[in-house]
Amino acid sequence: MSAPADIVENQTRPEKIRCDACPVMCYIAEGRTGACDRYANDNGRIVRCDPLTILDKRIAEGGPIKPFLKSEWDGILFNDEEVAVTAVGAGTTYPDYKPAPFIVSRAVEGADFVTVVSEAIFSYCGVKVKIDTDRHLGAEGAIVRAEGEAVGLVITSEYGSQMLSLGGVDHLTGGSKAEGRATCKAMMDLCNKLPVELSIDDGSTVIVQAGRPPIVDGKEEVRMRVGCGSATIGMFASQWKGLVDEVVIVDDHITGVVSEHQAGKVIGWPDTGVKILGRRSTPGRYFQVAEPGLGWGGTNIEDPLTILGPWNAKKGAWPGLTLLMVSTTGEQYEYYVLDDDLIPQRKPLPDTLAPSVKLIEENCEPSLCTVLFMGGAGGSLRSGVTRNPVRLTRSVHDHATTITCGGADAYVWPGGGITIMVDVMDTPDNAFGYVPTPALVAPIEFTMRREEYQSLGGHTDAARSLADVLEKGGEYGDDFRAVGKQRR
Amino acid sequence: MQRASAAMLPDGRRMHLHHGPIDLIVETFGGDQKAAYRRAAARFETVLDELVSELTELRRQADAGRRFRGAVAARMQKAIAPFAREFITPMAAVAGAVADEILGAMLDGGEFSKAYVNNGGDTAFHLTEGETIRAAVANDHPAGIAIDAGQPWRGVATSGWRGRSHSLGIADSVSVVAANAARADAAATMIANRVDLPANPKIERLPACALSPDSDLGERLVTTGVASLDETEITEALDNGLRYADILVSKGLIGGAILILDGQLRMTQAGQSLFHTEGEMTHA
Repeated sequence: MSAPADIVENQTRPEKIRCDACPVMCYIAEGRTGACDRYANDNGRIVRCDPLTILDKRIAEGGPIKPFLKSEWDGILFNDEEVAVTAVGAGTTYPDYKPAPFIVSRAVEGADFVTVVSEAIFSYCGVKVKIDTDRHLGAEGAIVRAEGEAVGLVITSEYGSQMLSLGGVDHLTGGSKAEGRATCKAMMDLCNKLPVELSIDDGSTVIVQAGRPPIVDGKEEVRMRVGCGSATIGMFASQWKGLVDEVVIVDDHITGVVSEHQAGKVIGWPDTGVKILGRRSTPGRYFQVAEPGLGWGGTNIEDPLTILGPWNAKKGAWPGLTLLMVSTTGEQYEYYVLDDDLIPQRKPLPDTLAPSVKLIEENCEPSLCTVLFMGGAGGSLRSGVTRNPVRLTRSVHDHATTITCGGADAYVWPGGGITIMVDVMDTPDNAFGYVPTPALVAPIEFTMRREEYQSLGGHTDAARSLADVLEKGGEYGDDFRAVGKQRR
Repeated sequence: MQRASAAMLPDGRRMHLHHGPIDLIVETFGGDQKAAYRRAAARFETVLDELVSELTELRRQADAGRRFRGAVAARMQKAIAPFAREFITPMAAVAGAVADEILGAMLDGGEFSKAYVNNGGDTAFHLTEGETIRAAVANDHPAGIAIDAGQPWRGVATSGWRGRSHSLGIADSVSVVAANAARADAAATMIANRVDLPANPKIERLPACALSPDSDLGERLVTTGVASLDETEITEALDNGLRYADILVSKGLIGGAILILDGQLRMTQAGQSLFHTEGEMTHA
């Protein structure tokens, strides 16, 4: 062999580095593993990928993956508060899941051994996505697709956010192979905080990435609305009094009109003869002024005047009346003055009104995508923890056992089974893997007191001290990696 | 540097041998198991070093005239010889050859009714009269393999692009039954390479050396992604592999093969008695 890359290229970061963990001495390319799938090149350093991850809360946010070989260990004993042994890496390897050593050792009923490329683990899981936008992304119940395959649906919207429910056993294994693969890939990428393009039938295409603003039909969403149109009137009516004669807040849900709205009435706002083309709910509050869309305030409106009918002089309209129309995010606004024929004419926004528009904008929180992993740990997984699985379920529901997912706190759904939800932003990077069943591989940890574990019928003879795990590693290796506790 | 290690699995029946990229699970039945495991571990101790000493040559295109010092390397060379007119390197048989070698060492000096050495899914086994070995093909299309002592096959191997080594083809898995694990390994690699749709844009490929700088496949394009295929494409790709597999059967090089791609499954004519697809082998 010629001169090793690490000598030739030591001035710059080498693209490949040589691993000296075993006699093969693989050259490993950036982001890849060696022939063993146990050691990887992470940013120019050789790191151990399996079988256990130690989550060290002391390591700074976003801290690099720390190689934690026994030989390099400084011998400091960890405080229980600072370190959690997580399941990340216990059954997956970085960057890909190729767990041959684990699988071949798995005993399968009725077989002497397993011949394998890769293999199956969990199918019962899904991802809930909250997309902070008032834009209409698709109708409730519309199919959500990734790579053209159905991976979930649009569910009931929440305040200022559109909600998607993705994955689940029917998409993973109930449909075609292509559907299952696309579902699995979309879920894994979402859980690993990567961007995923989702298209909604008869709706928009959204690029979703946990912790990042959604990109709707190519346009990055910036802010959530401050409230519905009616709420915006309620919040800001007094600030407009005396500066403008009429304010219309354009919103897909409830468009607000200050002169008619209760919040305007109580401060003595006079009538203006305005006419809104929509279904009136209560005074100054209108539903369905337009179709949902990507225009003003989550409607399909590009020209806000299209929602106004003729101005009525008998009901108070007069030439020279000033009108502010603004969306619920303050992103769109126009200022008009009625001419002699009571036709609104566009004018520049007066300096006196600019602060109020800015205030709406300022009160809008940044739009984000939130991704919650949801999974059921009710089945055979429990028998890895205890010989009497239902006791574990009860212990979890009694809060005697806590569940974490890659060290992140998990919400446990009430009711039967152990169904959890966790914010993927709290989990370490690359915590989720997959198998081609297809199914997602997610880390899960059960934490309880030793006495509780004994009373559950746990495998107490297999319980080991943290120091022992740190020193000797897991069943299949002698090392582990430590990653920083994720904080937003 | 890490040394070879041997440990009993928690079930107390099987032994795990590990060194670098090699993980073996071994088990014997009906004999002095302790002594057998000692022999296997003793032989295993130097296997990786022997391979590494000839690694550069082992990664080169097959050449019938080449002689190797190591016993495992010689098994690799022998296993790939029938394929040497095409592109193949001895590394195509490395996993199977290691399994064959350890099985041989383990059995040498004792009587056993049945034994196997499983090297990451590529397995060598021993059977005596009345014994049957059963393997589960771990895939999204569960299948089983059953071989009894009366048949001449003593090796099973599986290959596919999602596995630990790179493939030129797109098969999810190709499992092959052959006289020994090394031959099964080489044949599975070659058949899996043929399960392909050349020039189809749905298949993403990268030069092997970009993924693993010292890959024996060099600049050859290996599969890194397969977009959703339609039924016709799946059938075409599987037929490409199956035609080749049937030739290998007719030449007596393998006992049979089972090919799986995107939920479709094919098996060689001769393999019908070896494979079965009933029954779920996995559960959630």
